[in-house]
Amino acid sequence: MSMETMTSLQRVLTTLGHKEPDRVPFFLLLTMHGAKELNMTIREYFSKAENVAEGQIRMRKKYGHDCLYSFFYAPVEVEAWGGSVIYSEDGPPNSGEPIIGSFADIKTLRVPDIKQSPCLVKVLEATRIMKKMIKDEAPIIGVVMSPFSLPVMQMGFSQYFDLMFAEPILFERLMAVNEEFCVNWANAQLEAGATAICYFDPVSSSTITPRDLYLKTGYEVAKRTLARINGPTATHLASGNGLPVVADIANTGTAAVGVSCNEDLLAVKAACRSKTTVLGNLNGIEMRRWTPEQTENEVKSAIQQAAAGGGFILSDNHGEIPWQVPDDVLMAISQAVHKWGWYSKK
Amino acid sequence: MKGRVGMNNLLSQDFEKALLDMDQRAATKILTQACEAVEPIVFVEQVVMPALEKIGDDWDKGLIALSQVYMSGRICERLVDTILPPASPNRTSQPAMAIAALNDYHSLGKTIIYSSLRASGYELLDLGRVGVDELVRQTIEHKLRIVLISVLMLPSALHVKQVVERLKQQKCKAKIVVGGAPFRFDQQLWQEVGADATGANIADALKVIHRIMEEMA
Ligand code: B12
Repeated sequence: MSMETMTSLQRVLTTLGHKEPDRVPFFLLLTMHGAKELNMTIREYFSKAENVAEGQIRMRKKYGHDCLYSFFYAPVEVEAWGGSVIYSEDGPPNSGEPIIGSFADIKTLRVPDIKQSPCLVKVLEATRIMKKMIKDEAPIIGVVMSPFSLPVMQMGFSQYFDLMFAEPILFERLMAVNEEFCVNWANAQLEAGATAICYFDPVSSSTITPRDLYLKTGYEVAKRTLARINGPTATHLASGNGLPVVADIANTGTAAVGVSCNEDLLAVKAACRSKTTVLGNLNGIEMRRWTPEQTENEVKSAIQQAAAGGGFILSDNHGEIPWQVPDDVLMAISQAVHKWGWYSKK
Repeated sequence: MKGRVGMNNLLSQDFEKALLDMDQRAATKILTQACEAVEPIVFVEQVVMPALEKIGDDWDKGLIALSQVYMSGRICERLVDTILPPASPNRTSQPAMAIAALNDYHSLGKTIIYSSLRASGYELLDLGRVGVDELVRQTIEHKLRIVLISVLMLPSALHVKQVVERLKQQKCKAKIVVGGAPFRFDQQLWQEVGADATGANIADALKVIHRIMEEMA
């Protein structure tokens, strides 16, 4: 007997409203695994919108999780800015040479036109196809890089630090162009059918930036940017730590926050209760070698720590499950949620 | 002796503060004053190394920014180069050592470890970004006895296994020390890929290299 009384979308909206749905919603944030489903190389898979839409639909059917994920890979944005993408056979594409070679380049940087960027048009097309197929059954989660985190790919990490500390005016200028792009890109995805936008902002995590600096930089950027995005957002720290800043992140107007496996989930939940939904926090890297028993225990423990009262979506802690994580682990996660995730026994 | 230790503690604190403020001038001043009284290598061991270890630790605890860790490493590297030039006998008598980023295009982790080791008086080659073949070739060519590998992506971490196997085939006994995000998230991964050691941060890297050097001595 199925105990489900809600669609995935209803389940997710209920938990985002800090109420308990029928069971704990879970997001398997799978990207490259779609290529395995379609028997393609990673590069071939991402070359067509249809592949990604089909891959997402098939994976949801297989694992029964509560979303579709229209994320291709982070460097898709750098590609739009004129950068290159380097594919790999067994991992996510990476960004190539930085597009900002010297600080002076920032002065002439122009916001890419989304309609003129084939790589972004492809993502929008995939979103549209998914929306047509899934309708209001499950949410489609779109992705943007935060204007504050994108520069690592635009100019390299150490150059970006130098900019932040030595060139405040150029830093602000870079934030302004990136904010413009981020808002356009998020709104285009929402228009194409995305239900919510995951705002990836690991540079704001306490792993990279301490709270006082965050409040002067990433926090202000997020407040300005999220206010202009025409739909719900989730802020993801991509497995960077966030406990010292979760309350601040909640203040940026985001509906959920993605947290690291290196943090005490109970404490995170306590800090977020009724303010913002917790998304997390299974260790995606370690998951590769989890046994079925361990998988069940990890899922059960996360649910016990964070599910009460709603405001919790179970997922991995990075916002993308590595290519090397095998099928049986993903299946075991799904089974464990369907075993331990019910809110009230009938 | 006691007075000396007390002075070093104070000095270390000032030095650490200068680094965290990213104030190269203040750091240089402390170094110049201290080196009037002690040998450069003593300053490196008693002030620079503890400061860098503490900074790495504080970053791990989320107390300071990565930018501060990075800048501290760079400042120390520059300062130490002036008092312990690369050809100094204190540096060159050690086993040949190098660091590389395997496959990945991201080198911040590698740069931080490289600077910290150099600032601690060690000499090592920076091989930059290399693939498996190239790393094996260079290890043999430079007769390396310690190879540090830094990665960011999980597939790159898994490719360390090929490096280890290929070196074994060639009867090369270089010690392989790995680090980077995947090794921080999966604490068994370094053993799985056949590395000899791993480290999660600067302090670990210094400890591990110190230990291996002693074993080799
Ligand atoms: C910030 C961040 C981003 C930023 C910037 C990343 C960058 N450098 O380009 C952005 C948003 C751009 C990003 C994007 C992506 N990211 Co990212 N990101 C992170 C995060 C949060 C921090 C990475 C970082 O730079 N840390 C700072 C450096 C200095 O730390 P470090 O490398 O760990 O080095 C320290 C130690 O490890 C050690 N160390 C390092 N090397 C060595 C060597 C030796 C010998 C020793 C002893 C020690 C040692 O010392 C250093 C100082 O203490 C990590 C998760 C995390 N919590 O670490 C994920 C992470 C690196 N990202 C990851 C991924 C997958 C990606 C993407 C590929 C996602 C995608 N599908 O598009 C993209 C690609 C980006 C690109 N450039 O092409 C994964 C990689 C692992 C994997 N799953 O394969 C990670 C680990 C997240 C995870 N938990 O899975 N990311």
